[in-house]
Amino acid sequence: MKLMKSKKILAAAAVMMMAMYAPVAGNAADTIKFGVAGPHSGDLASYGLPTVNAAKLVIDQVNAKGGINGKKIEMLIEDDVCKPEIATNTATKLVSEGAQVVLGHICSGATVAAMPIYRDAKILVMSPSATTDPLTYSGEYPNFFRTIAPNAAQSPTMADFALNKLGLTKIAVIHDKGDYGKPLAEGAKKAIDDSGKGKVVLFEGITPGAVDYSAIVQKIKQSGAEAVIFGGYHPEASKIVSMMKKKRLKAEFISDDGVKDDTFIKVAGKDAEGVYAVGPEDVTSNKMAMKAKEEHKAAFKSDPGAFFDGAYAATTVMLHAIEKAGSTDLDALKKVLQEEKVETPVGAINFDQKGDAVGVGYSMYQVQNGKYVVVK
Amino acid sequence: MDYFIELFFSGITRGAIYALIALGYTMVYGIIGLINFAHGEIYMIGAFTSFIVATVLSIYGFPLLAIVLLSGVAAVIWSSAYGYTVEKIAYKPLRHAPRLSPLISAIGMSIFLQNYVLLAQTSDFLPFPELIPDFPFMEPVAHIVGSSDLIILITTAIIMLILTFIIKFTRVGKAMRATAQDRTMAMLVGINVNQIISVTFIIGSALAAIGGLLIASHIGQINFYIGFLAGIKAFTAAVLGGIGSIPGAVLGSLVLGLTESFATGYVSSDYEDVFAFSLLVLILIFKPSGLLGKAETKKV
Repeated sequence: MKLMKSKKILAAAAVMMMAMYAPVAGNAADTIKFGVAGPHSGDLASYGLPTVNAAKLVIDQVNAKGGINGKKIEMLIEDDVCKPEIATNTATKLVSEGAQVVLGHICSGATVAAMPIYRDAKILVMSPSATTDPLTYSGEYPNFFRTIAPNAAQSPTMADFALNKLGLTKIAVIHDKGDYGKPLAEGAKKAIDDSGKGKVVLFEGITPGAVDYSAIVQKIKQSGAEAVIFGGYHPEASKIVSMMKKKRLKAEFISDDGVKDDTFIKVAGKDAEGVYAVGPEDVTSNKMAMKAKEEHKAAFKSDPGAFFDGAYAATTVMLHAIEKAGSTDLDALKKVLQEEKVETPVGAINFDQKGDAVGVGYSMYQVQNGKYVVVK
Repeated sequence: MDYFIELFFSGITRGAIYALIALGYTMVYGIIGLINFAHGEIYMIGAFTSFIVATVLSIYGFPLLAIVLLSGVAAVIWSSAYGYTVEKIAYKPLRHAPRLSPLISAIGMSIFLQNYVLLAQTSDFLPFPELIPDFPFMEPVAHIVGSSDLIILITTAIIMLILTFIIKFTRVGKAMRATAQDRTMAMLVGINVNQIISVTFIIGSALAAIGGLLIASHIGQINFYIGFLAGIKAFTAAVLGGIGSIPGAVLGSLVLGLTESFATGYVSSDYEDVFAFSLLVLILIFKPSGLLGKAETKKV
């Protein structure tokens, strides 16, 4: 008797749950749910918000033309504050809200943490900025794509620039011990060692957020390094650059695209002059990029920020793939992404088997008169 | 040998920075036995206040010395107001609660203030103006001790002396020590304990504000999170030196700073924190009350 009763309750509960589920399923048919994840608050919000703007611009245009295959696109925006432990919640939330494709995440650490959740849900994810190698190289995430070249391509650019362009031989490699900075520094070290042209005189990790970096700067000086290659983000980079000036250490400072952000110049001020940083290939002469920039100015009354072009490109190719595939099924989307070249602000791109964009690379920039300019 | 001296002064500078914050921690603990986790946030608010005032004044073209003094005064007043209010809101109602309650309340206050500044100001790193210029007479040794390092060292020393003087030789100081020893008895002999505790918080917050101004000028950037990271290290330094003891906070800070600096210089900066906290563990094993702390005897 007791058993019967509990079975009845169970059945009732199941019916109720199905009833609650039905409207959600109904909605899913009407719109395409486009997830956008990244840091939208916190100290790295300046990396994430331009992506939201880019997605808005592209999606508004598509929706204005009646959407894709008669379906409007609905944006689901979720904040991960660039933290891995929060990114898993963000991903779970997007999946449970029914996101069909996701633009994001922005920070490498957060993306790595979130990917298993999307993979299990078979959702296409495309990041405009997560550069850590294993995302594509490990083969663990068949649903991951990106419109930025991986770190593996960034490290040799830095090493090559120091050795061949600047002709320096003694190089200190410093990193912030993080998921993003450390592999980059290791790659640069390997590239220098392999080249046989120079020597890594110091390889160390610093503690982010420390109040004073004078000890490590003294150590760099002691090592006799002519150039410092730094793997990490801009707050630490600006502290080290300023401290180098204070301790009268004259060495070139070469860093990654985490530093190639205008916030770095704003914070480091005049100490930023002469700093080199790797950034996504210069696209200012690309017609699509110019158009995207104009759209941004018209809509938000400001210049676009970091990773805007990549995000614009990612949104464009994902929507194109959904249209061509006629569904959001992962395999169908992948086929389109790999086979068809699409014109975007970062060039005409398609993707290789691993998920990296073909035809996207890095250039070297230098701060001159308070602005990043391409070093030819 | 040059390298050793360079590292030594790096360590001393770092230690002096920790000490500026640790002094406030240790003072509040010494008087009311509460670890004021919001202290780091008061320091951060001091840095923000001086940032705002200094930026406005430099627009109007004030001379540098006036900017430093006025923004310092503004930061001291503003931070003290916050310290006073935090005590009234978060700690005073819990004065007779078990010791854990005000501790949790302090952590809550810390998180609240961080997010308050995040929302009210910005999440970005802000460039803090260089309020301490490079003195020409420091140029020959600038590669070892910078001008801002020197100012921080001197300020820390002066503050330590003044604090020791206040606590040892003035009426307020005497009342503070009485409150620390036995609150009920202090009340019975006519000391306004609430007022004394408020004064303690105001002094501690004023110190944090001065620290905020100097340290932010030294580092050159601020955001809402600086107080938490610096606060953790300063708290460690205060425990190392013997929490509650004012010379102990300075000694502990210097020991911590030097350990980190030498660990970076001679071993690897990867392990700087490992060395710092290993040292803390070692010292607490052999001297549980810290370097200069007094062993606490339970009152019967």
